[in-house]
Amino acid sequence: MARIDLNHIRHAYGANPKSDKDYALREVHHSFDDGGAYALLGPSGCGKTTLLNIISGLLHASHGQLLFDGKDVTRLSTQERNIAQVFQFPVIYDTMTVYDNLAFPLRNRGVAEADVDRKVRETLEMIDLASWAKRKARGLTADQKQKISLGRGLVRSDVNAILFDEPLTVIDPHMKWVLRSQLKQLHRRFGYTMIYVTHDQTEALTFAEKVVVMYDGEIVQIGTPAELFERPKHTFVGYFIGSPGMNVMPVAVDGRRARLGEQVIDLPGAPKAEGNGIELGIRPEYVRLGAKGMPVTVRKVEDIGRHKVVRASLEGREIAAILGEDDNVPADPHVTFDPAGINLYDKSWRVEMGA
Amino acid sequence: MEKTWNNKAWFMVLPVLVLVAFSAVIPLMTVVNYSVQDTFGGNQFFWAGAEWFEEMLHSDRFWAAMGRNLIFSAIILSIQIPLGIFIALNMPRKGWGVPVCLVLMALPLLIPWNVVGTIWQVFGRIDIGLLGYTLHALGFDYNYVNDPFDAWVTVIVMDVWHWTSLVVLLCYAGLVSIPDAFYQAAKIDGASRWAVFRYIQLPKMQRVLLIAVLLRFMDSFMIYTEPFVVTGGGPGNSTTFLSIDLVKMAVGQFDLGPAAAMSIIYFLIVLLLSWVFYTVMTNYDVEK
Repeated sequence: MARIDLNHIRHAYGANPKSDKDYALREVHHSFDDGGAYALLGPSGCGKTTLLNIISGLLHASHGQLLFDGKDVTRLSTQERNIAQVFQFPVIYDTMTVYDNLAFPLRNRGVAEADVDRKVRETLEMIDLASWAKRKARGLTADQKQKISLGRGLVRSDVNAILFDEPLTVIDPHMKWVLRSQLKQLHRRFGYTMIYVTHDQTEALTFAEKVVVMYDGEIVQIGTPAELFERPKHTFVGYFIGSPGMNVMPVAVDGRRARLGEQVIDLPGAPKAEGNGIELGIRPEYVRLGAKGMPVTVRKVEDIGRHKVVRASLEGREIAAILGEDDNVPADPHVTFDPAGINLYDKSWRVEMGA
Repeated sequence: MEKTWNNKAWFMVLPVLVLVAFSAVIPLMTVVNYSVQDTFGGNQFFWAGAEWFEEMLHSDRFWAAMGRNLIFSAIILSIQIPLGIFIALNMPRKGWGVPVCLVLMALPLLIPWNVVGTIWQVFGRIDIGLLGYTLHALGFDYNYVNDPFDAWVTVIVMDVWHWTSLVVLLCYAGLVSIPDAFYQAAKIDGASRWAVFRYIQLPKMQRVLLIAVLLRFMDSFMIYTEPFVVTGGGPGNSTTFLSIDLVKMAVGQFDLGPAAAMSIIYFLIVLLLSWVFYTVMTNYDVEK
């Protein structure tokens, strides 16, 4: 296992990139700690798969440097980097048995047959497929095939990291949960450095210790699931994480007060930004519905089981609020914002608030 | 829900039945009819029973033509299948080269068969043909009109030129359907070029290869037009394949009875061999 440093990595698919628009990956400067479990989260086309392929060496970054444990691997081939990767669609060698599939990467590297046998048997136990060893890989279910893809990485004891590219896309919902917990278990037992690409926030938040949120070719925030929830650094993180996403509304800031149309909202502190382009973000979980505060018109109430989502209109803007399962919408509804959940954004980036 | 049962649906298949009857069943039955009768002209027929079939199965001429056919098909398959795979593997996967290659590959397939024959007939002539004349000028004793070996080489090269593209196009279709992830995974697993071919490309091409082998076998076993135009079955009988012999017998000698018996035997052999090929190859697929 290794620590992975991305040193000002940029990538453009076309030759001679001129503006920022030509880059699929704008600039990534970040380190993945040895033995960490990371999720790369972002919408389709944000550059997360590009970043993953740069780490695995299937793609060579047009700018920047990549280090494994301090060693420069920027120009090394995939094979020399010793990386394991699990793809979106299960890749298995149809005509081989499960056993031979796992032995394949070792045999290609000229490992002695006795060692191959020992490692393959170990790995079969780890991925829970020991009784399937002699079966042709062709007839297996999607989740078993995906485990074989993973196993082909685990079988090599010297892999630097295991990369996952949306590995649960084709797996049935109930198996997704099983596989995810098996992955976590493997991580805890063997301490692999794991990087997991997904656009599914549940997957990212349950799998990873640290979530890297990407947007438009850039990393917008790296943090624990709680940090991403409480203090989104960028309005995109606010929208993307949480269901429903964060409410974002333009406000005029005056000291410790924010003005939204006719309404005045007290801020927990004075923001270090002024003027136009300031936005206030608050998650629906922190919007309190009651008899006092700012008057709203309720448009719709969605009962989604554990709680209700109230869609209302405040000063002509859509706003969502979470209401407990047993609570009811008051006759003359008003909302207040819990100061703990208020974040301010200047040109989409979060600004700190002083005391 | 109650299902309505009636037999009206049969009328829907009537047009197809009529079409198939006139295009296949009735002509075939005519042949069956001829095969069990004898005629001396004047539209007078006499019952002959299985006589023609017995004569045919004991005829050296028939078995010699059959032997030539089998050897021809074996040579054609052993050249065109590997060559087709090889060309398909080396064709570009993207860029401007793709349409260029596809058009080049499709060209021979679009030329009418007798034209292909004529092209090669002229091409190989030692007096005016580019190939024949050049070989002669270089000192090779090449003459497909006199030498049975040269005649065979000419017919085989012509067939390879004409039909290898079909194998190439089928294999290419199989190859481009392989997702990139397979090649990327193979890279990560450290697979050699040969291992990628053996464990990824070949298995993914298996189905189209089955079709290619079947088509190329049936077609080469039934070859008629091109050797007829180039060599006319000669020199001697050296390139007289079953179909050429059949036409000689039916149209040249007007031996309707034996020719009809031969057609039926020929038809059954093609059917049988194709069935054997298909069953063997699909079973092989299942066992794997």
